[in-house]
Amino acid sequence: MLTSDGPSANTASSKLVLEHISKSFQTSSLNVQALDDVTLRIAEGEFVCLVGPSGCGKSTLLNIIAGLDRPDRGLVQADGQTIAGPGPHRLMMFQEAALFPWLTVLGNVLFGLKLSNGLNAAERQEKAEYFLELVGLKRFMHSNVHELSGGMKQRVALARALAPNPSVLLMDEPFGALDALTREQLYGDIQRIWSQHRKTIVFVTHNVREAVCLGDRVILFSPNPGRIREEFAIPLPRPRDINSVDLARYATEITRVLKGYVQTEVAG
Amino acid sequence: MIVRWLSASLFFLALLAAWHLAVKAKIWSPLLLPSPVSVFDYLRSAVEDGTLWEATVVTVRRLLIGYGLGILAGLPLGLLTASSRWSQDTIGVLALGLQTLPSVCWVPLALLWFGQTESAMLFVVVMGTLWSLILATDNGVRTIPPIYTRAARSMGSTGLHTWTHVVLPASLPFLLSGMKQGWAFAWRSLMAAEIFVTILTGFGLGHLLHYGRELNAMDQVIGVMLVIVFIGLAVDKTLFAPIERFLHRRWGTGRS
Repeated sequence: MLTSDGPSANTASSKLVLEHISKSFQTSSLNVQALDDVTLRIAEGEFVCLVGPSGCGKSTLLNIIAGLDRPDRGLVQADGQTIAGPGPHRLMMFQEAALFPWLTVLGNVLFGLKLSNGLNAAERQEKAEYFLELVGLKRFMHSNVHELSGGMKQRVALARALAPNPSVLLMDEPFGALDALTREQLYGDIQRIWSQHRKTIVFVTHNVREAVCLGDRVILFSPNPGRIREEFAIPLPRPRDINSVDLARYATEITRVLKGYVQTEVAG
Repeated sequence: MIVRWLSASLFFLALLAAWHLAVKAKIWSPLLLPSPVSVFDYLRSAVEDGTLWEATVVTVRRLLIGYGLGILAGLPLGLLTASSRWSQDTIGVLALGLQTLPSVCWVPLALLWFGQTESAMLFVVVMGTLWSLILATDNGVRTIPPIYTRAARSMGSTGLHTWTHVVLPASLPFLLSGMKQGWAFAWRSLMAAEIFVTILTGFGLGHLLHYGRELNAMDQVIGVMLVIVFIGLAVDKTLFAPIERFLHRRWGTGRS
């Protein structure tokens, strides 16, 4: 390559840099091109939402940023360092409750803390309690996981992901399985926590309204092969209300564009 | 709670009464069906002269050592078969095959290999425990939702830490049922071995049972059978039941 003198100029200010990422999966019957030449930069403290129909590779991209998957081709960097594996600076929050049923709520939040840095037991305890308080569940710290509702479980998962103080939070449709009312509460929570703690957040969803409500930028993916099609800046003031009219206007526009791709896919 | 105790006691009293009435009715010869009182008398005299206690100690010691060895070997082997295809195709298949072999079938082999020794007894118990424990561990590890290990990995857990802090605790419900099954097999195989073979280094409960038959002492036969049942119950209530209660509470499974 001619321009092989490292990533291009503006990567220095980017928290996450993804260049020309391709990834395919071999299933028993066919080869799926999950990502095809995806390039994306995410700034420090930015809230980016990846939107697209299922199978467009957005979760794969998240796994690659987390270091859980490796790309076939391309460059992935965090803070200028190539991502070689999972790390405590990039924590993942999953769609299904990935809480450990053999631990209490507190035990779950402590799990990542014990793995991360040189805190002693008292400091870990204090941190865990602080983050449980932050998500409003300190009262439940000695509860068992199965005693919590779906929304509470995802709150605990959020506390567990926040506790080791990652600089990047990766969220893979974290509210997908929740009812609308619980989701709205969590939109408020996540915006509040984001503005207080200035994390870089990459948020995967197929819900356009959710993306507009949360993101500084909404990035639209199309499937087969997974590619970035378009991106939208959302300059609305925060905190945002999912039911606001301004927000709906953006969401309508993005949905229209998204539908265009899906119809092209069907026609093609 | 009291009601539960009462109704349970009532049930067992009724069983005793039925037994007593059956003896009173003289349907069978008292040589074949001794009365509850004579069985109790045998048990009391066996406790008093120490034979029962000695036999119980011999049997339980063999059982605990053999069972412990079986778990110690079975757990890591089960983890191994679950983690590599090669060991699944080799050790896994071996375990599956040998698990179907009734453990009493190991007795002749054990006698030829080890002679009439403690080692022969232990060998039979280990063979009874090992295979089912390998299979249960393997099954438990394979049934863990992959999301647990992914979540743990994303938090920086690797290698041995993932095994000890995620894979093992996540498969605990399966491990427990495997350990219960292993215990049942160990218990059965040891009794079979003790009834079959006289080992001069120690007379276990199986021998007492065997000599009861030789002497036509039906009170002894039934008495020792009762002791064996009680030991089985006691182990379940003290060893497994607390773990089961913990699992049900944590996982939210089963009835409380």
